[in-house]
Amino acid sequence: MALANVLPMPHAARNAGVAFDPAWIEDCRINLSASERRVAQIPARRSIKKDAQAAWLLKAVTCIDLTTLAGDDTTGRVKRLCAKAIRPVREDILDALGMGGRGIHTGAVCVYHRFVSAAVEALAGTGIPVAAVSTGFPAGLVPHDVKLREIEASVKDGAAEIDIVIAREHVLTANWRALYDEMRDFRAACGAAHVKAILATGDLKTLRNVARASMICMMAGADFIKTSTGKEAVNATLLATLTMARAIRDYHEQTGFKVGYKPAGGISAAKDVLNYQILLNEELGRDWLEPDLFRVGASSLLADIERQLEHHVTGRYSAFNRHPVG
Amino acid sequence: MSVAEYFDTMNYGPAPESDAEARAWLSTHKASFGHYINGRVVAASAQFETREPATGKALAKVAQGSAADVEVAVGAARKAQSAWAKLGGGARARHLYALARMVQRQARLFAVLEAIDNGKPIRETRDLDVPLAARHFYHHAGWAQLQETELSAYGPLGVVGQIVPWNFPLLMLAWKVAPALACGNTVVLKPAEYTCLTALLFVELAHRAGLPPGVLNVVTGDGTTGAALVDHPGVDKIAFTGSTEVGRLIRQKTAGTGKSLTLELGGKSPFIVFDDADLDAAVEGVVDAIWFNQGQVCCAGSRLLVQEDVAESFIRKLKRRMGRLRIGHPLDKGIDMGAIVDPIQLQRISALVDKGVAEGAEKFQPDIDMPRQGCFFPPTLLTNVEPASTVATEEIFGPVLVSMTFRTPEEAVMLANNSRYGLSASLWSETIGLALDIAPRLQCGVVWVNATNLFDASVGFGGYRESGFGREGGREGIYEYLKPKAWVARKPRPVAPPLPEMKTASAPPVDRTAKLFIGGKQARPDGNYSRPVVSPSGKLVGEVGEGNRKDIRNAVAAARAAEAWSRATAHNRAQILYYIGENLSARAAEFAQRIVAMTDVSKSKATKEVDAAVARLFAYGAWADKYEGSVHSPPLRGVALAMNEPLGVAGVVCPDEAPLLAFVSLVAPLIAMGNRVVAIPSERAPLAATDFYQVLETSDVPAGVLNIVTGSRDGLLKTLAEHDDVDALWVCGSRENSATAEKHSTGNLKRTLVDHGLATDWHDPAQAEGPIFLRHAVQVKNIWIPYGE
Repeated sequence: MALANVLPMPHAARNAGVAFDPAWIEDCRINLSASERRVAQIPARRSIKKDAQAAWLLKAVTCIDLTTLAGDDTTGRVKRLCAKAIRPVREDILDALGMGGRGIHTGAVCVYHRFVSAAVEALAGTGIPVAAVSTGFPAGLVPHDVKLREIEASVKDGAAEIDIVIAREHVLTANWRALYDEMRDFRAACGAAHVKAILATGDLKTLRNVARASMICMMAGADFIKTSTGKEAVNATLLATLTMARAIRDYHEQTGFKVGYKPAGGISAAKDVLNYQILLNEELGRDWLEPDLFRVGASSLLADIERQLEHHVTGRYSAFNRHPVG
Repeated sequence: MSVAEYFDTMNYGPAPESDAEARAWLSTHKASFGHYINGRVVAASAQFETREPATGKALAKVAQGSAADVEVAVGAARKAQSAWAKLGGGARARHLYALARMVQRQARLFAVLEAIDNGKPIRETRDLDVPLAARHFYHHAGWAQLQETELSAYGPLGVVGQIVPWNFPLLMLAWKVAPALACGNTVVLKPAEYTCLTALLFVELAHRAGLPPGVLNVVTGDGTTGAALVDHPGVDKIAFTGSTEVGRLIRQKTAGTGKSLTLELGGKSPFIVFDDADLDAAVEGVVDAIWFNQGQVCCAGSRLLVQEDVAESFIRKLKRRMGRLRIGHPLDKGIDMGAIVDPIQLQRISALVDKGVAEGAEKFQPDIDMPRQGCFFPPTLLTNVEPASTVATEEIFGPVLVSMTFRTPEEAVMLANNSRYGLSASLWSETIGLALDIAPRLQCGVVWVNATNLFDASVGFGGYRESGFGREGGREGIYEYLKPKAWVARKPRPVAPPLPEMKTASAPPVDRTAKLFIGGKQARPDGNYSRPVVSPSGKLVGEVGEGNRKDIRNAVAAARAAEAWSRATAHNRAQILYYIGENLSARAAEFAQRIVAMTDVSKSKATKEVDAAVARLFAYGAWADKYEGSVHSPPLRGVALAMNEPLGVAGVVCPDEAPLLAFVSLVAPLIAMGNRVVAIPSERAPLAATDFYQVLETSDVPAGVLNIVTGSRDGLLKTLAEHDDVDALWVCGSRENSATAEKHSTGNLKRTLVDHGLATDWHDPAQAEGPIFLRHAVQVKNIWIPYGE
């Protein structure tokens, strides 16, 4: 996938995208078994314990897109979630960790379009962005112009981040031009809002599809690439993460643009998120541990992190009911 | 560092594994050890200190074994052997199963002790060495169980002396001890002097798990202890893993003693990256290849060969990856590399790297934190290295990768094979046609396709060329601890009476001048001398060429050039063997007459011999496309193809008895398996072989496949044995012939098959035909092919 003849441009600006060039994905090679071995080694080669672990988990908290995407969501439910986003960890725990007053909050709150304005209101003045899933989430099969109007409506309501879904058909039929054009339109519709491209890797099946879709979406200007809607049969995996991280690295090498990464769906344990952090740190580097380049789409992960942090402070195993719900 | 500091820096921090249990075990022994012989500790007459590589601190005192200690241990093993063999496969299986379970129960203790003693990361001992050791006992418990049905034609060798290296102390113990015990042998094991502790723990716990006394004995010590074991006349087999230099010495010292020998030696294994590889995956492969166990791995992928068009991008990716490697204390669970085993090794690595740089190599070492004390060497990449550089040919045995480029697949194969070694290779390509074309062309015992350093008990491991011989693991490995029952009853070959005074021959109708047969042509001997062929009754039967060194040289060159034979299809080779049989059969009467004339046997006996020779050719025609490899099923999504590959150029030295049948019995299995042969026929009765070349000439045998050099056996044998372009040597004759063959085979570590002066009944197919010979006519290459999209 690397094109040695394109020189990297050293700047850290928002990904502007590049012109469509199928050559970037033509020689894409991903070896599944080797990828599996790499992924299996991640938890074996790195181990984060004690204070370092507490710090890494707190960092993960700041990268969580605290999410509710259920059919029975209401304004009240969303407000409760926003309150948790503002105070994700009990203050006494933060104090005990020496992290009181550091303004620990989640990376964003992620909702359907209908609740964007309620969330914006609830988060006013906190600096926490609201992210809206969009473009006919989760299947992405509504008409293209409807998708663009949905994006515009969310941006108008104050969403600073838009999580779009791609039409999987474009990938499965290798219609890369169509995927590029679709993504390009989404990006344009977002305006100043950042756009996260959900690839639905569970639907794409092969890592080669994942790698090629990643590259096309980045070429078309995605700010983040994201694994899943949370609604596919298989959601975020370390395997897809490895492939996407390497695509991000290649794209950065070619263009100088740093694209963010967001796994979503199924990451519910503190030890799981550590593996994602380690993988990104190893494959992409330190920059991809901060919320401007790393988000985790999760609803129940925070509760497990809170328990681990309390255990770290007290030395006793904690319980869910000791931590306020979101 | 505080939580806040970690939060800001996102450093990993230390993640130490506790060593309390391992230290507690050491203190129960007061950190002082003897040998373990006959089920109990035997106090040491002398001790030396073993040190912790990561800190340089003394760890324990271990026994320095003397020849007397070895004597006691071999005696104990001998005493225990018959009862252990008589126990039966099922009962031995239960013992091996108990050992497997014991290793699993004590897994963490073994892992921590190994990491402390050797300096390798706890991650490796925990995730690889120890689980794989347990797996070997499980797998070989299975072979013990199946021995009586699956291996019924074979029996145990007896007492086996095993010498293991310091880089995988427990794992190599398992690779050696498990198959030996499974087959009914007993063992005297000599661990490496730097790293004895896990062997001492193992043998202690093995006896707690019910292993009978004397079955496994451990004598510790340095090279002199190993030498005493090698020299001990009561040992039936030596199994050695270590340096090629010591391996050569062991071959010399055991030459002619009748001891079986397997050697697993050094390597300089290629790591080949084609331009259609998943380059990121291949970079990670390099990490597993050369920064696994600090590069102190015999099969380390230490010679990087990258296709030119991706070389720049690959090296850039590799350098970036090197910058992420973490070096630290072996018990830190977050490191990639631990300590080098000993300061002496560290010096050797440094010196070789310096030499490489002095010869023009460009050195890259990433800017990473290194421990301030202890025995550590940073991950190192040497670029701008040429095949002629010292660092491209010498085994460095450290975390040092040398890199070269190639242009075409042909060039990749040529560079990969441009080595005295032949242990393993790793090749990376996403094109199945390319990968499966290249794998069989690499001269080595193990090939990993899009992977590296995969091991399993069901898949044989071992080398080609100067990386040694024999296999460990799988069915191919189990034979190394067995001997054919059909050969047990062989008796020493009677010494032929001296030839009587030659009588004047009655002139033959037309004089026939027997020549040598080299490269498909009848050739006059280089020296232009002939020697008479005289029958036992003194009749001059004819004359044959007096071959000399140069004739052997020419014959070997012709055999080397006939390389196409090794790639010919098995069907093609079968056809030709049948055709030789057909043409010999057509001239049966003439050959019988010749045998009568040369050996004075009865006509019916001679006819029987010719008939048996025809049958043997047919038998190997039959075997040619049926002695196949197998597909192993190691625990991964993929397969390992165990291919039976030809050895290359084989020398054959024939005995005097059954001059036609023995010649055919030795030559045919080699040819059937795709080898090219240089044969020295019976010295006393060579005319059957020289007549035979006329059969070859009419049977479509390609030039150079079978070359025949007549003359003085002793002289020609020595030249063949010393010839570094001969890959294998089969010798039947006197005891001295066998000793000469083994002793002089060490230049390039030939695979030898010798009879130690024990006569084979060539008419008995059980001892003279089939897999017992075919097994020696091939070497097993295992090609690991993980797959998936």
